[in-house]
Amino acid sequence: MYKYFPHTDDDLHQMLERVGVDSLDALYADIPEAVRFRKEYNLPEALSEMEIRRLFDTLENYTIGGPLTVFAGAGIYDHYAPSVVQNIIQRSEFLTSYTPYQAEISQGTLHYIFEYQSMMAELTGMDISNASMYDGATATAEAVMMAFANAKKADTVLVSATIDPKVRRVVDTYAKYHGIKIETIPMKDGVIELSTLNSQLSTIEGGVAGVVVQQPNYYGIVEDFTGFADAIHEQKALFIINSIAADLAVLKTPAEWGADIAVGDGQSLGIPMSFGGPGVGYMCCTEKLIRKMPGRIVGMTKDNRDQRAFVLTLQAREQHIRRQKATSNICSNQSLMALYVTIYLSVMGRQGLRDAAELSYGGAHYLCEQLEQTGYFKLKYQQPFFNEFCVTYDGDVDKLLAECADAGFMAGIKIDDHTIMLAVTEQRTKEEIDELVETIKQIREDAA
Amino acid sequence: MNNKLYGNLIFELSKAGRKGYSLPQNPYQHTTSELPNALCRQQEAQLPECDEMTVVRHYTNLSHNNFGVNDGFYPLGSCTMKYNPIINEEIAAMKMFTGLHPLQPAETCQHALELYFRLQESLAELTGLSEFTLNPCAGAHGELTGLMVIRAYHASRGDYQRTKVIIPDSAHGTNPASAAVCGLEIVEVKSQADGTVDFDDLKRLVDLEGPNIAAMMMTNPNTLGIFEHAIPEITKLVHDAGGLMYYDGANLNPMLGACRPGDMGFDVMHINLHKTFSTPHGGGGPGSGPVGVRAGLEPFLPTPRVVFRDDMFRVETTNPQSLGSIGAFFGNFGVMVKAYVYILSLGREQIKMVGPLATLNANYIKESLKDVYELPIEGLCKHEFVFDGLKDKSTGVTTMDVAKRLLDYGYHAPTIYFPLLFHESLMIEPTENESKDTIDGFIQVMRQIAEEAKNDPELVKTAPHTTPIGRVDDVLAAKHPIVTYKQMINDAN
Repeated sequence: MYKYFPHTDDDLHQMLERVGVDSLDALYADIPEAVRFRKEYNLPEALSEMEIRRLFDTLENYTIGGPLTVFAGAGIYDHYAPSVVQNIIQRSEFLTSYTPYQAEISQGTLHYIFEYQSMMAELTGMDISNASMYDGATATAEAVMMAFANAKKADTVLVSATIDPKVRRVVDTYAKYHGIKIETIPMKDGVIELSTLNSQLSTIEGGVAGVVVQQPNYYGIVEDFTGFADAIHEQKALFIINSIAADLAVLKTPAEWGADIAVGDGQSLGIPMSFGGPGVGYMCCTEKLIRKMPGRIVGMTKDNRDQRAFVLTLQAREQHIRRQKATSNICSNQSLMALYVTIYLSVMGRQGLRDAAELSYGGAHYLCEQLEQTGYFKLKYQQPFFNEFCVTYDGDVDKLLAECADAGFMAGIKIDDHTIMLAVTEQRTKEEIDELVETIKQIREDAA
Repeated sequence: MNNKLYGNLIFELSKAGRKGYSLPQNPYQHTTSELPNALCRQQEAQLPECDEMTVVRHYTNLSHNNFGVNDGFYPLGSCTMKYNPIINEEIAAMKMFTGLHPLQPAETCQHALELYFRLQESLAELTGLSEFTLNPCAGAHGELTGLMVIRAYHASRGDYQRTKVIIPDSAHGTNPASAAVCGLEIVEVKSQADGTVDFDDLKRLVDLEGPNIAAMMMTNPNTLGIFEHAIPEITKLVHDAGGLMYYDGANLNPMLGACRPGDMGFDVMHINLHKTFSTPHGGGGPGSGPVGVRAGLEPFLPTPRVVFRDDMFRVETTNPQSLGSIGAFFGNFGVMVKAYVYILSLGREQIKMVGPLATLNANYIKESLKDVYELPIEGLCKHEFVFDGLKDKSTGVTTMDVAKRLLDYGYHAPTIYFPLLFHESLMIEPTENESKDTIDGFIQVMRQIAEEAKNDPELVKTAPHTTPIGRVDDVLAAKHPIVTYKQMINDAN
């Protein structure tokens, strides 16, 4: 038998005998012949472990130009992943377990989820957190559904024009099928304004259930939400802020802005880019909303030996209990990635997170200056930014990005025919920034 | 594991001034102090301050309080806790996959796009469907996506009346929840005594609701582990009424090598890669829930789509008929790498053994224990089956007690109190990776527990006795929720 199948011929014989059938095929005697699969799968022959490894080792050479030095973000950032984190999350007691239904033998998972919830609550300033979501985009869509469920009658959710368009697309999809109307808060000079929000809040027919903004926004700008919470709460709507988790080490927290729900992507907390996943979404909210929050939640309790213990709690909210009355269908979270974030934040602590943020901020502002000095680029919005920013370019954006890729750089994301968005993390060195700028100068000189 | 020494929260191990990280010198002039103060956080985040070894020891010790497939038998019904091969992890951790930005030019990530594409193709072949998307991040996410495909399909024909979905009363709770989130109304069809869909009741519903039916959702084998043998007639009935058939792939494992959802007549399905395709459950994620469709439904799949065109793998981000996006990028790519390596390892021949061996293991356990545990439905099961508690219930020992006592013997408990059709459900799924020896050991312990229930019921009712903690107070946790360290401190004061 194959290495993953422990059955010897003798075992098979004895087991079939006890079941009372004479062959493995007879185990399927209850299936109508018309739907049995009797052909060969059109799949490759089995590969040995050695062959698999060789296959992927040669693939590594096959990628044209090798890995890129990434100066792009737009939701996924090239942060450093400490060895400690990478190593511990591979421990099979964590990796190969399932949702901690049996608390007595799952304290490891329950314990770290409690820590994760505590840390995310600290980072966002909010009262509570759930055990994690798929990603920032779906977490935002879930927050929109939560606002809709929370509202008595209102069926419109206002979404800032400055949120990531990928997040917006997911929100639109969920909203369309869930019967929620989405309206855009238009932007001016890269940000949204209180006066615009106010007039929309008072004129939307049927009322507003929630308002979604992003911080820093899609274009990297740190927006000023002064006055937003009061205006939103006056309409009995929920204020939802989507933030890049790592940036909250420095930025005013969703709680300080008066948010009811804080959501976002946790990938920036040291999780590898991994072609976009797995990362982790987070969702935090005020204590008042705890019973309306989707997803798993771990709570503290005691066992029958009077010891502190952790357990999945408030399950009456969850899809498997509520069935057709559910307002969310999420079951699993991204537990292992929540563990990842927990260990990351444990080694980084408050100061480490700040130090990493300073490197990202410093590098981004240095790169912006250097690009402007070439004379080909101009900072697009005169607004404060964090580690990501938009520049206008006086040449062919597609051509520049393609030529930079040939030289081994992912030199940002194309926003439109004249605009590029770049990001810098602590993982980019000053030398790499200088090299990128030199490469661009060279490309322009060669073209001239 | 010593709870007294290592049961702390990481916050309780924190001491101001310690650190567990090292970063390069900061060479830049610009600092965040340039940001307007009004945009900066005023209250510091109270994150732990720990040295590296303290962190390593803390989480290593926490892991000792956990039980995974690598620790022992994990017969959790409906969850397919199979072996998670090590080679999968190794390949998925390669820098050429983990170091990719999802928006980098297609020319620079052909290897990743090709893997994504080949996995789509392999899943289509294994299920008898036409096209797959791998974007959904979990089974529930896949269900929601699949139902959106169905709604987008009906809408494309201008048929907006189809807003109802038929779901068996034995279904996973997620089915009705996904349907509700997708804006569909649920119509429940009854099960008959043998646990399968009551065909007459279904006929009645189809007659009644015909033009309103968007789809019927089914798991096959169903949540009792029983194959719905009337499936050809069921799919015909629903199709004739204009509805589509949705296959919940949670129970796909026993079908490998035996039967394909597409051949059964299903139009849309999701797969849990973390069940059937051996990727680890990770304590509850990250999973992956690819969605497959029959030919003709491809245009409705979510964007972005990975396609092969003009000699190159490409990412399509726009498609007017698509249901829209259900995630920012391509889903949990790292999980897909593991599933693909699994398929490559088994190959066309070995993968056919998965279903039969899983089915053999389940039937063997069922036949070996049905004299002491109540088997409500006789006959062949597939990968799993359900007991309705102990046969002799006279001492008041419940399914919960049996489950907890199993922990003392070093086994994970089966799924309990699901499906809801029985009061004392005990749902056992062994998977194909378990040896006869392991299973015989489990059978022996299950019999032993049945004996204990008769002779020393208190022992079972107060179990577990040997685990790091005893039974927990669920009511306290829910009545007075403390879900963060901050709340815990405030509560203590």
